[in-house]
Amino acid sequence: MASLKLQNISKRYGATQVIADLSLDVAEGEFVVFLGPSGCGKTSLLRMVAGLEEASGGRILIGGRDVTQAPPGQRNLAMVFQHYALYPHMSVRDNLAFGLRNIGVKEVEIARRIAEAGRMLELDALLERKPTQLSGGQRQRVAIGRAVVKEPGIFLFDEPLSNLDAALRGRTRLELAQLHRRLGATMVFVTHDQIEAMTLATRIVVMKGGAIEQVAAPAELYRRPATRFVAGFIGTPGMGFVPVQRAADEEGFAVLALPGGGRLRTRVPAVGLPAGALSLGLRPETLHPAADGAIQGSVEMVEFLGERTLAHLKLADGSALIVTLNGVRPEVGESIGVAVDVNEAHLFDESGRAHHALEPSA
Amino acid sequence: MSAVGLRASRPAYALFVLPFVALYAALLIWPLLKGVFISFHDHDLLSNESFWVGLANYAELWDDEVFRQVVGNTIRFVAISTPIFVILSLSLALALNRPGKLAFLLRATFFCASVFSVTLVTLVWKLALMPGRGLLPQLLTALGLPELPLLTDENLALLTVALITVWWIIGLPMILFLSALQQIPAELYEAAALDNASRWRTLTRVTLPSLKRAIVLVALIELIRQFQVFPQILLMTNGGPNNSTRPIVQFIYEQAFMQLSLGYATAASQVLLAIMLVGVSAQIWIERDKKGGRA
Repeated sequence: MASLKLQNISKRYGATQVIADLSLDVAEGEFVVFLGPSGCGKTSLLRMVAGLEEASGGRILIGGRDVTQAPPGQRNLAMVFQHYALYPHMSVRDNLAFGLRNIGVKEVEIARRIAEAGRMLELDALLERKPTQLSGGQRQRVAIGRAVVKEPGIFLFDEPLSNLDAALRGRTRLELAQLHRRLGATMVFVTHDQIEAMTLATRIVVMKGGAIEQVAAPAELYRRPATRFVAGFIGTPGMGFVPVQRAADEEGFAVLALPGGGRLRTRVPAVGLPAGALSLGLRPETLHPAADGAIQGSVEMVEFLGERTLAHLKLADGSALIVTLNGVRPEVGESIGVAVDVNEAHLFDESGRAHHALEPSA
Repeated sequence: MSAVGLRASRPAYALFVLPFVALYAALLIWPLLKGVFISFHDHDLLSNESFWVGLANYAELWDDEVFRQVVGNTIRFVAISTPIFVILSLSLALALNRPGKLAFLLRATFFCASVFSVTLVTLVWKLALMPGRGLLPQLLTALGLPELPLLTDENLALLTVALITVWWIIGLPMILFLSALQQIPAELYEAAALDNASRWRTLTRVTLPSLKRAIVLVALIELIRQFQVFPQILLMTNGGPNNSTRPIVQFIYEQAFMQLSLGYATAASQVLLAIMLVGVSAQIWIERDKKGGRA
């Protein structure tokens, strides 16, 4: 188990800056997930931690030791690759043993670790097989086993579930969570799948354009997104945004003029809220039809998703908003009112920074 | 199973392969069989008279000291050149499998020689090896070393021609190895780096096992090609000195088109074919044995 510290990391490919001045602390035993759209720099960051790519600037410390210049094998970490990267000519057993033999671990100890990892990951029956004789899920377990036997300070995962089918992905996700609990090891995991991030992470690092947008626990990230990007990225569907004008404040809270003429008294403190255009951020699950709702919109489409039904609305100013239907079944084209839960209504200023409602208890 | 697979095969489908089969039969199968047939005859090309002699040509070959020597020469030539081809082209490919202008230039240079015609290659090397005035003799003299009779010594000539042949066509096996190297996923090397594998361990445990099929392919191609060695020897030593470089194909050529005894020449051709088949089968068998032993 080891901590990870990134100090002012930057990465350039020629003239293109992919990551600029990024710093992050990961404590021992944390499960940190780098989450972001393609091209946000999350994989580059992981590969720099692994030593597979050189950082253009900054320092990387693992367990307090500066490893910025250290070769990949000497960083006290193990990595699970997206395409497994198992050695095709070696049996599963030799795949697991290869890294240990390279550093001169005794055969008795190698056998003990393989037996233990084999039990933990149900690899016992596969040890003498070649990777080509395994299914995708089995290969992934071998790849995880190869990391486990090294007993590294940090586990790195590069989108390890993206090649598995949906059912297997769910199961492997659960196994990874159990593995983390059992080993108590520090894990860094890269994905673009927010479900993976939300279910596995103790903390999520949301990245965009080579910079960190927010670092927070999953619930915090969901309920208190720091930026408009995070708000729109997290959640399926993501948060909806309505352009609003600020009316006079009341009792220290911002009051908004909504498209279509409605007014909404928020619980966002007026202090610190910049003047100018604002976006009102509303999650679909906090919006329900109500005859006297503050927002009016016409129904464009109704989506039945099983456990819930969503209606896509078009507001008076043309902006789109998704609401959750509760019993009523409006027709397409019908105009409905929508009630807003002010405790779950967020404001975003022009720079994209979030201003949240006061917690009800406060 | 696909829908196509379930459908019954129809005779009409044979029409699709007929053009190829017809050409293959006319240009390969027929001459092969005709060759076997002629080898049982005493066939004079000048008079075009032909008598059935049964296995007499083969018996004569068995007793022919020159033929035994050319078989020995050819096997020796293959035994020298094929391992060098495999090892050298693999080493070149490993060394040049990297980005960069220098590696590109060297790859192009090594491949370039394969494009030259045999006359050009032999001309260049005969000039370079010309006693007294050639590049190599002058170099040796300048270094204070004795001149080596590379093409005129019975013990050296075959080796010299084999090395020149390697120089000439090393490019193709190198390209085959390069393309095989580029098939190896980069992730494997990254995994090896994270597994603390030394460069030697990475080469022997990751790279070479991945190249096994390419190595067999190159060895087979070179085996088949080098058993048929002929033009460069004809042009450089004409089989001498004292028959020490004469290969089977030259023997066949001379018997057929200079002695005009076609039957004898075709019999020698069948022996060459048999030797090549033995060599190729042995190589495939060794490879299969290895696979079976490891699985």
